Amino acid sequence: MSGLPDFAASLLSFLPDWAQAIVWYGVVALILFISVILTMAFLTLAERRVIGSIQARIGPNRVGWNGIGQPFADVLKLLVKEVIVPSSSSKFLFVLAPLLALIPALCTWAVMPLWPGFTVADINAGLLYILALTSAGVYGVILAGWAANSKYAFLGAMRAAAQMVAYEIAMGFALVGVVMAAGSLNLGEIIDAQRGGFFSYFFWWLLPLFVVYFVSGVAETNRAPFDVVEGESEIVAGFHVEYSGMAFAVFFVAEYVNMILISALTAVFFFGGWLSPFEGYPFPSWLAWLAAPHFIWFFLKISFFLFCFLWFRATFPRYRYDQIMRLGWKVFIPVTLVWIFVEGLFWIYKIGPWAVA
Amino acid sequence: MKTPASFFKTFFLTELFVGLWVTLRQFVFRPNVTIQYPEEKTPQSPRYRGLHAQRRYANGQERCIACKLCEAVCPALAITIESDVAADGTRRTTRYDIDLFKCIYCGFCEEACPVDAIVETRIHEYHMENRGENIMTKDKLLAIGDRYEAMIAADKAADARYK
Repeated sequence: MSGLPDFAASLLSFLPDWAQAIVWYGVVALILFISVILTMAFLTLAERRVIGSIQARIGPNRVGWNGIGQPFADVLKLLVKEVIVPSSSSKFLFVLAPLLALIPALCTWAVMPLWPGFTVADINAGLLYILALTSAGVYGVILAGWAANSKYAFLGAMRAAAQMVAYEIAMGFALVGVVMAAGSLNLGEIIDAQRGGFFSYFFWWLLPLFVVYFVSGVAETNRAPFDVVEGESEIVAGFHVEYSGMAFAVFFVAEYVNMILISALTAVFFFGGWLSPFEGYPFPSWLAWLAAPHFIWFFLKISFFLFCFLWFRATFPRYRYDQIMRLGWKVFIPVTLVWIFVEGLFWIYKIGPWAVA
Repeated sequence: MKTPASFFKTFFLTELFVGLWVTLRQFVFRPNVTIQYPEEKTPQSPRYRGLHAQRRYANGQERCIACKLCEAVCPALAITIESDVAADGTRRTTRYDIDLFKCIYCGFCEEACPVDAIVETRIHEYHMENRGENIMTKDKLLAIGDRYEAMIAADKAADARYK
């Protein structure tokens, strides 16, 4: 049967061929889904503790050891709250919108190279798939704002639409640079192209693109300092102002899953994914594991970028709306275009990652 | 007009990195200042002005002589006193009420008292559950005084040399 690892094939050999694949990928998807949701749950706790510490306070530490049960307490609270559907709303779209925000964010994990040799769906155009799905996430936000039939929600949705379209372009161009350097759209091959230790990661040669990509990622996920979409002081809570209970929680989950996703993608595109930063260094044999590619390196890189998300939120005041538009259209897009041109020169004169033969 | 220096600053986001350093410094090097209240408490002065109490002498005789100086000095008019001659021929209060809702905890009553009868203790964790419990009657004040006499005496002694 195509695509199944040997142990899975032998384990499921009592099933017909077509059922083997369904069961295997169903189980894998379920495990991946639970892992991502759990990561997201503890990310909310980490956010509150980190921002608390930056503001010289403690943050939630009462539920369980050091507040470890806080995410579950939050979920329980949201579960028992009523989901109010406004009488003047477009009810079908109102219920659909949170799902449209969450599902693309989760689907993207299918093409993520998690550890050496493992990707749930190892497809060749993985990068295009990711671009398509992250763009689809905007529909959830826009539909939520429109279906709620509320002025504030609508204003939030308008802002979300304009902002996400603007930063999607810069993001796409930044990824063009990555594709030029890696010579592939497959995420696993993009990681392979960065082999050779910390100094062969793409972010050295693509530094402007890395900055543009990560800042655009922050803007894409509507995180501070780009959170005008839900700017509390201006438009109450923006697009999800009419949502309550679990419907609100789903938007919340989508936002945090997107944060994890952007961090993971930044690690894959610019920091070598699951590659070890010490690869190629002459370690004694008992330290050889330091140089081996492993999931733990990927995890550490994701954690660092997630910390950056929280760090930015605690540091920077919210951008004014017109400044966000100016940054997106007048700074990021020209910067990426210029750097793609510079990359072309690198390629012609064989410097940097293109130095080989 | 932008100078090259300001252009450099804008392009390399120096101000943003300065800001990031400020928050990172707090995160890594500086302690949190939170006091986790029920378990941890901030230090209290012996002069702390909390719940009121009436004291007695060591022989059990109540100190208050119904001079009504506290009632006169009270800026919030929270104290109501009625007095009569007691069975042993001394002047005593028959009613001594402090309305805790009117009281502003200024401590003037304590300062005015010539016999150190009315005092404010360091007790600040108290509550009322029913209407009318905000009126501290003479009985309640004396009960508090009896219960916390050791603490009150220690606080007054600690502060005595500054009076």
